[in-house]
Amino acid sequence: MNCEAAGSRFAGVLGSLLAGLPTGAARVAGSAEGEDGVKDLESTLAAAQINAGEAATAGFAEGADRASRVEIAAYRLKQWLTSPRPYLMLLGFGLFFAFWYLTVEVWKLPRFSQMPGPTTIISEWLSPDPTYGLSIYSPEYYQHIWVSWRRVSVAFLLATATGVPLGLFLGWSQPFKEYVFPVFELLRPIPPLAWVPLAIIMFQGSETPIVFLTFLASFYATTLNTMLGVESIDVSFVRAAYCLGAKRRQVFWHVIVPGAMPFIFTGLQISVGVAWFSLVAGEMVSGQYGLGYLINTSYTMVQYPTMVIGMITLGIVGYATSAAVRMFGNYLMQWRTRELAMGGDK
Amino acid sequence: MKPAPVPSGERPFAEAKPPPLAPQAHRKGEIRIADVVKIYGSGTSGVRAVDNCTFDVPAGKITVVVGPSGCGKTTLLNAIAGFHSITSGTIHLDGALLCGPGRLKADPGPDRIVVFQNGALFPWKTIIENVAFGPMMQGRLNKKEAFEKARGMLAEAGLRDLESNYPGEISSGMRRRVEIARALMNDPKVLLLDEPYRALDSLTKSVMHEALLETFDRNQVTIFFITHDLEEAIFLGHRVVIMTTRPCRPKKILTVDIPHPRDYSVLTAKRFREYLDETIAAVHEEALKAFAAGERER
Repeated sequence: MNCEAAGSRFAGVLGSLLAGLPTGAARVAGSAEGEDGVKDLESTLAAAQINAGEAATAGFAEGADRASRVEIAAYRLKQWLTSPRPYLMLLGFGLFFAFWYLTVEVWKLPRFSQMPGPTTIISEWLSPDPTYGLSIYSPEYYQHIWVSWRRVSVAFLLATATGVPLGLFLGWSQPFKEYVFPVFELLRPIPPLAWVPLAIIMFQGSETPIVFLTFLASFYATTLNTMLGVESIDVSFVRAAYCLGAKRRQVFWHVIVPGAMPFIFTGLQISVGVAWFSLVAGEMVSGQYGLGYLINTSYTMVQYPTMVIGMITLGIVGYATSAAVRMFGNYLMQWRTRELAMGGDK
Repeated sequence: MKPAPVPSGERPFAEAKPPPLAPQAHRKGEIRIADVVKIYGSGTSGVRAVDNCTFDVPAGKITVVVGPSGCGKTTLLNAIAGFHSITSGTIHLDGALLCGPGRLKADPGPDRIVVFQNGALFPWKTIIENVAFGPMMQGRLNKKEAFEKARGMLAEAGLRDLESNYPGEISSGMRRRVEIARALMNDPKVLLLDEPYRALDSLTKSVMHEALLETFDRNQVTIFFITHDLEEAIFLGHRVVIMTTRPCRPKKILTVDIPHPRDYSVLTAKRFREYLDETIAAVHEEALKAFAAGERER
């Protein structure tokens, strides 16, 4: 799974170089691939929670709760280690590196003649005195990561703060949707790369255009998924709430918002992924630091190992942020995690 | 039964037992449906779902409406609940107009609570939050009071240990019972049940029937129950309204003269079989018409 994610990240970086941003189809495929893995993981996790949860239901004392969390973690780890999954994952990574090693360093295939092999990369990456000036020992490396991470965070938070409310209103109010949605759908297919010139004209400096470009794709993914989330809510829930005497505003907070939550978090996972895609596009155009900038400058300066280090780092950091969003979603949606563990799909 | 007061705590719901039945006139929840017509769409292309439908749902009784699938029973229920408008006619609840000329759609409210076909417990709320939802939304009780009352309700229904579970974690039969408890929290005048047990297997169904009758015996709430299961209809109902196929109107109204509280021994009683035969004869004719008209299972 990890390997696959890392692989798709590589593909993504290359893809955004060549063709700008992936279209809706690619996004959907990405989310589906994510979902399978997520569901699998969630089931294990939640099964453990239920075991421990039985003890907790009696009292729900603070201490008991904390103890059970440790138990859950231990149980999860044990489950994971006794399942074939970690070993398959390692095997996947092994095959990937073996392929890379064989094609580049052993067979020296013509297609890969310019490409640095894995041993070159790893020795460069881990070297205290790197040939091309960048490794885990150079403070610059962390500067690049930090600057990119900061841009993605700002853009992602802005996209969430605007996209979720917009999506909720689009799904909730038909007249509002009729005004806004056609415009939204017209703007959405324009890839962030096409926005680059306008972004540079509109915003001063080099920082805001990059954040703006990063924001765009995230914003579309979040808004669209949130809207679909609201539309996916069974009308019975809304009717039941009105039956029980809820006012329109209460229905919004107690039914619409939590009901759309699973879709919102799927959207946020996609959103953080595409934020990294478009970040790199933005950083290749302007900026002083950042992983996209690093990749682009090391290309122009023929420092190919550094370029690949930048790419791998993007994969790792992108995967980590995506996982963080997913974990936060599972934490907020206990009901869903537990429901999936019961094998229910309602 | 001894006449002396029952010592409290002997059974979980002993205290909640209502006082002896009030006279008929004082009980709430009488629905009068008069000349109701519902046409979907308009002009010549409109589909007439309900046509000149007139019957009463007496207060404090169980009225079961049976008819072929897709005949328009749910349309009627939605009109009473306030989810849909009617085209003409009137529906009164305890003498007050719910919907009629000038006000074709009723407002949904806690005096008429629907229990849905597929269940509508909020999956993101725990059982107790679900049960306490109504009074909290209406601002009648604060959270503490509502939870306390909800605990009582759950205990009465034998669901005490489930309160911190989510609906996705309990069986579908349990979910239906929780949903009825959630409805009863609001002291509704009438419960509207739209084929609530359709998706359950027959064993669970029989347990649910007895639980529903027990609830009814305790609360004497008016029940409007839609089904196409004839045994279910006669087993539960004081009154069974058999509907024609689309457009829907009462074809036959049957008073089931088997005393409450009922239990499953009723099913083998001779009288029960007679009622069933009578119903089958009436329904079968309609089912044939519906089949001929190409009405599909929804």
